[in-house]
Parts: sequence; C-alpha cells; structure tokens
Amino acid sequence: MDPHALKTLNAERRARRAAILVTDLGDGRDRIVREGDQVAGELGQAVAKAFRSGSSGSVEAEGRTFFLNAHLPQPRLVVIGAVHISQALAPMAKIAGYPLEIVDPRTAFATPDRFPDVELHAEWPEDVLKRQPLDSYTALAAVTHDPKIDDFALKAALDANCFYVGALGSRKTHAKRVERLLALGASADQIARIHAPIGLDIGAASPAEIAVAVLAQTIHAFRSRGLEAKGAAA
Amino acid sequence: MDNSIYLDEARDPLIIAEGWMKDGKDVAIATVVETWGSAPRPVGSHLVIDAEGNFHGSVSGGCVEGAVVSEAIDVIDSGKARMLEFGVADETAWQVGLSCGGCIKVYVERLG
Repeated sequence: MDPHALKTLNAERRARRAAILVTDLGDGRDRIVREGDQVAGELGQAVAKAFRSGSSGSVEAEGRTFFLNAHLPQPRLVVIGAVHISQALAPMAKIAGYPLEIVDPRTAFATPDRFPDVELHAEWPEDVLKRQPLDSYTALAAVTHDPKIDDFALKAALDANCFYVGALGSRKTHAKRVERLLALGASADQIARIHAPIGLDIGAASPAEIAVAVLAQTIHAFRSRGLEAKGAAA
Repeated sequence: MDNSIYLDEARDPLIIAEGWMKDGKDVAIATVVETWGSAPRPVGSHLVIDAEGNFHGSVSGGCVEGAVVSEAIDVIDSGKARMLEFGVADETAWQVGLSCGGCIKVYVERLG
C-alpha cells in the first residue's frame, strides 16, 4: 500500500468523509477515490455502487482485477425533539444500525428517565451542533413542532448537506416553515430537500408508526444517495 | 454491533499502521478480499503487522491470524505482495483452523 494513500484514507475517515481504496490486485498499485471523484468505465460503475452500498469487493474491469475497499462513515441520526415519536425511534434506529442522538432544550422532555440508553442533549441545537457539527453522513429529523427549536437545526442540516432532512408538521405548518427558512437565507433548492410531512407515506397514525415511517425514509435516503441528482439530470 | 460514529483511534488497524509508519517501522497490511460461506470477518477487514510480529485487527476472528502474521513478515522482507487462501478445502488451512467452515482470501502487502 502506498503510504500516501494510507495517510489520505485515514484523514478522510477521521473527517467522516467516504473514500474507497482501489487496489490493482495484479501489480499492487493503489489509489484513493473520494465520493464525487470521476472514475471512467466499468471501474467507475463499480466505484459508484460501492459508495452507495458501502460493500467492499473485487471487480473485473478493463481486463484487470481490482479490490475496492469502501470506507463509509457510520451514518447517524440526530433528532431534534425529545418527544413521544423520538422515544419509539431511539431503540428502532439503534437496531437498524443508525446511532441516534436527541437534542431538546426543554429539560422536562429531555430526561434520562424517558430516554434510557440514549445520547441525550438537554440543550439548544445551536450549542450542540457547534460542538458536534452535522455532515453528509448525518440524518436530521426535527420533530418538536416549535420553530424556536427546529428552524436553526433545519437550516444547519441543509447547509451541512445532511443525507436526510425531515420535519414534522402538516403541509400548512410546513408552508409557514418554508417562509421562515427563506428568511434565514435557505435557497428554494435546499428547502425542496426537506421531507415534510415527515416519514414515508405508510398511513402512520401512532407515534411509534410515525417513527417507523421516519426510519424507513432515512434508510431510503441513505441507500439512494447520489441517485436523485442523476435522475434529475436524465 | 460497533456503531461508533467516530474512529476508535486506539484500536483502528489502519490508524495504528500509520502510527507505526511514522515511528519508522516496517509494516504489512493484510486485507480480507473475498469470503465464502460463514466467514467470521467481512470483506475489507484488516490485520496490520510489523516486522517484529506485533499485530492489530483481525481477518478471521483469531483462526488464521498466526499464519497471516508469519506470511506478513516474509512480505515485509521481500516487498512482494501475496494472496493467501484459507478454508476447509485446503488441508493446511484446515490445520490452522477456519473451524467455522468458511473460506477466506487474504491479500498481504507491504506498506510503502
């Protein structure tokens, strides 16, 4: 392995950015491909697939055998709001492999009693996100219904290019939210990325069912990363 | 389930390999490149080895690490990468013991 490739790979992994180490198993030469780098031909298709799935493996391309070792950051879910939906979502997300954190400055809501074994921040999103910034391997679901708490986090999620941004509330509530986010400087394209009403449309009624819908939508967003842009271009 | 969102700097094999390199050590990196059947560690897993035979990480959950380490020391000496195969079909490999019944292919290369 090329020492420079190892350094680059580790730097990307520390920064929670996806990278693939491509090794030619014939001559041992290797290189790092970052997400968004253009790779031509059959190898390019295999690289794109590995970025989506996170699965490593060998591929035959251009008459050679390459090993693609995909290093994807661990996706995580940040939930704004220590509410009933979050109580159901916390254990589900953990089982599905999406570590979850809850942020809610209302100390009556964000209590360890209501959220055992959950990383809980009884603080304003402004403070928590400054410490632990959002990134493109983070999903954000805003479920407080309170603009004072949700809006900042939603704008931050759009700016950080979170792979999923969802906001609880009816279409009417969302229309008002859109106006506020525009006033905060969000672009129309950014706002179009918000899933609102939140969750896949499975007719969810109870808080637990809404949690299933949110988690399913998060997984869908994660596994189809990069596909929306291609669909729009086609 | 290891779902930590940050790297475990103290245990991550590739971070350790980079540290060894900075310390001027000779290092080999072993990577699981293929698995069949019930293999204990997924494709992409690493074992990193220095010239004294110190190692971190795993390619099989303990079954074939000993054999990989001794091959790795040869790879550090020669600089030539090797592809190792372990599995029930191979008599020697069975002796070193993938008792889970799986087969794995491990690529061993020198760092630098």
